[in-house]
Amino acid sequence: MTPFRDARIADAFAVPLAAPDDFAGWRGQARRLLMADVPPDRVTWHMPGEGGGDLFASGRRLPVPRADAPQPRVPRAFLDLAAKAALHRDEGRFALLYRLLWRLQQRPGLMEDEADADVRQLHRLTRTVRRDMHKMRAFVRFRQIGSGEDERYIAWFEPEHHILRANAEFFVNRFAGMRWAILTPQGSLHWDGAVLSEGPPASRADAPAQDAAEELWRRYYGSIFNPARLKVGAMLKEMPRRYWKNLPEAALIPELIAGAQAREAAMVDQGGTMFGEERPGSLPEIAQAIMACRRCPIGCNGTRAVPGEGQSDPARFGGLIIVGEQPGDSEEEQGRPFVGPAGRLLRAHLEDAGLDLSRAWLTNAVKHFKFVPKPMRGGGKRRLHQNPTAKEIDICRWWLEGERALLRPRLVLALGASAARSLLGKTVSVQQVRGQPMPLDDGSELWITTHPSYLLRLNDGPRAQEEGRFAGDLRAVAARLAELAG
Amino acid sequence: MSQPSLIERLGILADAAKYDASCASSGTTRRTSKDGAKGGGKAIGSTEGMGICHAYAPDGRCISLLKILLTNHCVFDCHYCINRKSSNVRRARFTPQEVADLTMAFYKRNYIEGLFLSSGIVKSSSHTMEQLIEAARILREEHEFRGYIHLKTIPEADSELVTRAGLYADRVSINVELPTLAGLTRLAPDKNAATIEGAMDTVKAAIVEAKDACKRFKSAPRFAPAGQSTQMIVGADGASDADIVGKASRLYGDYRLRRVYYSAFSPIPDASAVLPLQRPPLIREHRLYQSDWLMRFYGFAPEEVQQAAGTDGMLPLDIDPKLAWALKFRDQFPVDVNRAPRETLLRVPGLGTRAVGAILSARRHRTLRLDDVARLTVSIAKLRPFIVTADWRPTLLTERADLKTLIAPPKAQQLELFAA
Ligand code: SF4
Repeated sequence: MTPFRDARIADAFAVPLAAPDDFAGWRGQARRLLMADVPPDRVTWHMPGEGGGDLFASGRRLPVPRADAPQPRVPRAFLDLAAKAALHRDEGRFALLYRLLWRLQQRPGLMEDEADADVRQLHRLTRTVRRDMHKMRAFVRFRQIGSGEDERYIAWFEPEHHILRANAEFFVNRFAGMRWAILTPQGSLHWDGAVLSEGPPASRADAPAQDAAEELWRRYYGSIFNPARLKVGAMLKEMPRRYWKNLPEAALIPELIAGAQAREAAMVDQGGTMFGEERPGSLPEIAQAIMACRRCPIGCNGTRAVPGEGQSDPARFGGLIIVGEQPGDSEEEQGRPFVGPAGRLLRAHLEDAGLDLSRAWLTNAVKHFKFVPKPMRGGGKRRLHQNPTAKEIDICRWWLEGERALLRPRLVLALGASAARSLLGKTVSVQQVRGQPMPLDDGSELWITTHPSYLLRLNDGPRAQEEGRFAGDLRAVAARLAELAG
Repeated sequence: MSQPSLIERLGILADAAKYDASCASSGTTRRTSKDGAKGGGKAIGSTEGMGICHAYAPDGRCISLLKILLTNHCVFDCHYCINRKSSNVRRARFTPQEVADLTMAFYKRNYIEGLFLSSGIVKSSSHTMEQLIEAARILREEHEFRGYIHLKTIPEADSELVTRAGLYADRVSINVELPTLAGLTRLAPDKNAATIEGAMDTVKAAIVEAKDACKRFKSAPRFAPAGQSTQMIVGADGASDADIVGKASRLYGDYRLRRVYYSAFSPIPDASAVLPLQRPPLIREHRLYQSDWLMRFYGFAPEEVQQAAGTDGMLPLDIDPKLAWALKFRDQFPVDVNRAPRETLLRVPGLGTRAVGAILSARRHRTLRLDDVARLTVSIAKLRPFIVTADWRPTLLTERADLKTLIAPPKAQQLELFAA
C-alpha cells in the first residue's frame, strides 16, 4: 500500500463507536481507515456521550477509501484476541487495536512475536478480560424470588470490564430451564426461558437482598474447608476481596480463619496423643530430634539446628533459663547458642549482674537459623538474619516447652519480642512489659528484656542508655532469682 | 432416634468429605441446558472443558462441586479415615432425593458446577452403591440436570453397579488409598488391593467399550466421559516418593486414569491409636503433584522423576523436582533458547509449557536476547544459569557448587505451603 499524504488527513479523525464493547463497529471503521491509508497516529476513538460534542462538531468526515485500495489482511489469531481486548476498560484499547492492525499490514507475522510491546499489551488486555469473564461466571450468585410458576432468579454483579454481553451466552446455555436476570451497573440481562433481552443499568437495590438457600450454602462453605491447611494468600489470589461483597459465603471468611488458627493450636497442643508423637524425654534427645525437625519451613533450609546448652544437672541447676530469638550465623556454624557478637555482649552483662552462667540454661525460641542469602561485592554470599514469623515461633515452641518441662526453671528470662512470644503465645511490646515478673503456667516467672542484638544496632548515645536499662533488668532478675531460691 | 436437621446434616457430611482431594470438574464433554430442548424445556446445567471454581476456601482450595457423603456411617474400619467404624464422630445420612434437591438448589444459584458424591458403607457395598446411583439418576432423569456429576464407586460393589454409575456420572473414581500393599493391609484391613484394581479395570473396559460404540452408533449411551481418577494418601505408610511416582505411573498406564490425586495425610479428630503417624509436610504433596505434571505434560519418564529423588527415594522439599533433576544432570545444560527443540526447552527449570510455546513462536521472528526471554517468562533470574541466548552464556553448571542456594533461596511460597 502506498502511503499518500493529503490535506484532509492532516488532523486527527475522531471516530465514534456505539458502545464501550462495540467491537463490530470498530472493525468496520478500522477497515475503512486502513483502506484510506490513515495511519494510527491520526485516529482517535470515542464512546457515546464522552466529551465528544465538540470533537464531532469540528465535523471531520471519515475518509472514503480509494476504489482501488487493496483489502486489508487480518489474521484470525488477531481477531480472536482483539474481540476480547476490546472489552477492556483501558481507554487506549481501540487505538492499540488499530495500531496493531496497521502494523500487521507491513508484518503479517507480527502476532507470533510475543516479545513485541504491542503484541504483549494485546495479550495482557485479553488475559484480563478473560479472567474477568471467568470470574463473573464463577461469582454471580442468583437469589430466588417467587415460587412455582413465578419462580425467578435474580443476581446483582459488578464486572470490572465491558463483559456483560459477551458473557450472556454462557448463562443462557447453563440456565436455559430457569427464568433469570443479571443486573449490573452497566446494564442488565433478562432470560424468560426462551428469549434473552437487554435492560438498562441497575442498582444493587433492584436485586433481592437474600435467599433462604444461602444459609445452607454458608454451612457447606464453612464445613468443607480443612482448618489444618490455612492458605489465605492462595484464596485471595483467586477470590480477591473486591468480589466479596456480593458473595454470600465471604462474610464467613474472617471467622473461619480465626477459628482455624485456634483449632490448629488446639491440635498442636494435643499433638502428643493425636499423632502418637511423644516429646523426647531428655535434653540430649531433644537436641537430636530438632536436627531432623521439619515442622516449619526454616528446618528445610539446610542449616543445622542449634540446641540449648548449659547446666542440666538438677542438683546444680540454678533455676534460670535464658531464651533468645534464634541462632545466627556464628551460632549455626558452631552449633552453639549465643556465641556471636550479641552472645558475647550478653555474657559480659550476665557476669556484671552476678548471674552465674554455669548454673543456667541458654536456648532459643526457634532452633534453626532463618536467613536470606545476600550476594556480596566481589562474589561470595552473606547470610542475612531474618525474623521468624509468629507462626514459626509458635510451632517451634514445642521444643522450648520440652526443655522447660525437663529443667523446671524458677525464672525464665526472654530476650526480645520473639522469645516473649514463644513463652506467652501472644505478641507483647517489650518496652511495656520489661522489668516486671509475669506468671507462667508451670508456676515459674517470666521476665522480659530486650535482645542484646538490638543494643548492637544502636549508636553511642542511645546505646549507652539502652545498655543501662538492659543491665538494670538483669540486676532485677538476679535479685529475684536469689529471692526465689531463698 | 430423630434425624438432625438438613443443615446440621449438611455440615456433618460436608465435613466428612473434605479429606478427599479429588474435586476438579474438568475434562468432560461439552453440554448445555439448551441441547435437544424444544421450547419450554426445563433442563438446567452445562459443562465446559474446564470446570469453574465458584468459591475458594481459606485453605486455598477451589470449591467447584458440592462434595458430600451420602452417609458417614461405615462398616469398615480403615485407620486413616475419620468415618471408620471405631471412630466416634457424629453420624448422619441423606436420602438420594435430598442430595439431588440440594444439588439443584445450589446449582440454580450458581454456587457449584455439580455434585461429587461419595459415601461410607452401610449395610453392604452394593446397597451403598445403589443409593449413590439413585441420587445421580434423580438428577439426570427427574431434574434434567446437565451439570457435572462425579461418583465415588465402592470397589466391593457388584461390577454391574459400577458400570451403571458410569452411565449417569461424568467421572467415576475408585481410591487406591495407599501406595503400598503393606500399607493397605495394615491400615485398611477391610479393603483389598485386588478388588480395587479389579473395579478400575471394569471401569476402564466400560469406558473403552462406550467410546467404541459412540463411534458406530450416534445414540449409544455415554459412559463416564470425564474418565476415572483415583486418590492416594501420602505419608500414612512408609512409601517413598519414588514408590508413589512408580505406582502412579503404573496406574495411569494400566487403567488409563485421567488423574491421580495425592492427599497428604491430615490429622483427623479422633485418630486411630494404631497410627504411628507424623503428619507429612504439605509441601510433599505439592512436590508429588509437580512430579505428576512432569510426567503428564513435560515428557518426563517415571524413571527420570525418580532420579530426581534422593537415595532415600524422597523428592527434595526445598526445590521442585524439575530443578532437582536439572541439578543432577547438569551436563544437559545450558540450553540454547534459539535452537533447542521443544522437548529440551521443557526440561529447563523455570520454563513452563506456555513460556516454551511463546519462545518457539517468538524465535521465528527474532533471535532471542536475554531481555526477550525475560519478557516471555516469569523469573529470568532463576532461568539464567540454564540457558544460552544471543547475548548471554552462563558459567558451566558443572562448575558451580553453589547453584542450588543461588536459584532456590527459601521462598515465600514455600512458607505458604508449609504454613499449615
Ligand atoms: S525452627 Fe523449630 S520448628 Fe522449625 S524446623 Fe527448626 S526446630 Fe523445627
